[in-house]
Amino acid sequence: MSPSLLPRDRDPVRPAAGRPITLRIDGERVDGLGGQTIAGVLLGSGLLSWRRTSTSGEPRGLLCGIGVCFDCILTVNGERDVRACQRRATDGDELTTQHDALPGADARVIRTEGTSRAGAEGPDATRGPAAGA
Amino acid sequence: MTLVAVVGAGPAGLAAARSARRARADVVLLDTADQLGGQYWRHLPDDRPAERPEALQHGWRRFRRLADDLRDDDRCRILTSAQVWAIERSETGVARVHVLLGPTDGTARERLALDPDSLVLATGAYDRILPFPGWTLPGVFTAGAGQALAKGERVALGRRVVVAGAGPFLLPVAASLAATGARVVGVHEASGTRALARGWLSRPQGLAGAPGKSLELAGYVAGQLRRRIPYRTSSAVVAAHGGERVEAVTVARLRPDWSVVPGSERRIAADAVCVGHGFTPRLELPIAAGCAIGPDRFVVVDDEQGTSVAGVYAAGEITGIGGVDAALAEGEIAGHGAAGARVDDAAVLPARRRRAVYRDFARRIDAAHGIRPGWTSWLADDTVVCRCEEVGYGRLRDTAAASTAGSLRALTLGTRAGLGICQARICGRTVEDLTRRVQGEQYDGTSLDRRPISGLIRLGELAADARALDDTPLPSKGPSS
Repeated sequence: MSPSLLPRDRDPVRPAAGRPITLRIDGERVDGLGGQTIAGVLLGSGLLSWRRTSTSGEPRGLLCGIGVCFDCILTVNGERDVRACQRRATDGDELTTQHDALPGADARVIRTEGTSRAGAEGPDATRGPAAGA
Repeated sequence: MTLVAVVGAGPAGLAAARSARRARADVVLLDTADQLGGQYWRHLPDDRPAERPEALQHGWRRFRRLADDLRDDDRCRILTSAQVWAIERSETGVARVHVLLGPTDGTARERLALDPDSLVLATGAYDRILPFPGWTLPGVFTAGAGQALAKGERVALGRRVVVAGAGPFLLPVAASLAATGARVVGVHEASGTRALARGWLSRPQGLAGAPGKSLELAGYVAGQLRRRIPYRTSSAVVAAHGGERVEAVTVARLRPDWSVVPGSERRIAADAVCVGHGFTPRLELPIAAGCAIGPDRFVVVDDEQGTSVAGVYAAGEITGIGGVDAALAEGEIAGHGAAGARVDDAAVLPARRRRAVYRDFARRIDAAHGIRPGWTSWLADDTVVCRCEEVGYGRLRDTAAASTAGSLRALTLGTRAGLGICQARICGRTVEDLTRRVQGEQYDGTSLDRRPISGLIRLGELAADARALDDTPLPSKGPSS
């Protein structure tokens, strides 16, 4: 139950093989292909969110995918507020998730929680079809 | 020699650039992306090109011809990764176009100042998305995101994806998701069959002139049947559920005004939902250039695609949501005019005929799929309307009701709605709509479309000097695609 990169051998457009690249997000390794956007690499590795909002500390990731909404911003090699859906990934990029807590906002949100791996066991994670269909 | 600057390298901009070159003007073609084609022809990067792009793309050969013609042409300079962040006006028209060259949202991009004789704006449009409870959860995407990640990355946004919203664009999105390995569990079109018939079946003689478009749509419908993707009308995703991500959605039947039929709600397991309720034109540059915007909130153009500002032309979705064929025709006419050639030239007569046919699509789309007022029945008081500043519907409505000023500016300053990092690009139209409903006659009618600085620029970049085009080394002809 996560986003994923379509394997080459099943792809009707037959993409070339691509060059493997490695990025780190908050120190954790993610693998991608040269020419992918940062969002493409993160989503292709099953990540859905890489930011926490300032007021409620909610997770956010990609929304529009075309550079309009700024929901997917993160820090790339020290540069803040970079739209992950618009910036091409380069081998060795160091990514840092962003959470700018407002004074008085929920202090329990810490940065290591900034990413949520799709399908990970969380308090709300469910398996199989949701109830009430 | 006339220098024409074309902003946007989607179908309209590519057609404008080639047409201006054919009319013997020099051209500078700019796009924020690092490849040509815009959103419509978004494709895999040069690092891993597709052997069979046409399996996913419509009109791919048309794109190749346009892109190759321009790339092989020494008098067309193609600047990719080029963001136009401001347009300076003079008394007679446009004085200067300010550009940043370099990686998206970088910190040390090169500044360039262009002084073209005329300007073609072809900045396109992006998905409008109406809020609903849970729409801020990771796993909720715009329909355009589903398309962009499928075409540009070959990434499927989920395994079980629900597509919802309004408009013919939902069909190609569902097709792209399915061709990227996702299972599309349903396409939910908010409009009812009566509205669809009113838009698409009235004046059938108008559609007869557009065989390509009808075939494209028929192809999507056939593809849906083959893949057994259920297509439901009068239906919408009215809530998304989950803790840290989407796990399920609630779909409901809608009345003709898009309000929910009570008791019709149904919960469906899904790990992604792609939503789009039509499109919002990217108006910041036309507004910065001083172009008049019509009551329909698109750039006003004349028969030559000229705007209200001398020397400034507009083409494509910023003049009305008409699709790729209208954009190509409008671009061709705009580039021709921008180069100083006459609109009644035989060279652009076919484009003018095509424009008339395909513009009809814009009217049909609006009649069939336009947003209806009952959608607010999906909202709860704590449903976020402005995602950036996390402003809820209840707070926005109550503040608007308490205000006697009737000023949108006072409302946004009071609630911070629309003042976050996206600068109201996502919530602007919704905030305006909700304000108008609460304040009625009192609402001052201002819009949140004005953004004098179009895009993110760092202070260090702002402080740096800008170079002129002639001092800028001729860029490589850009990527090969």
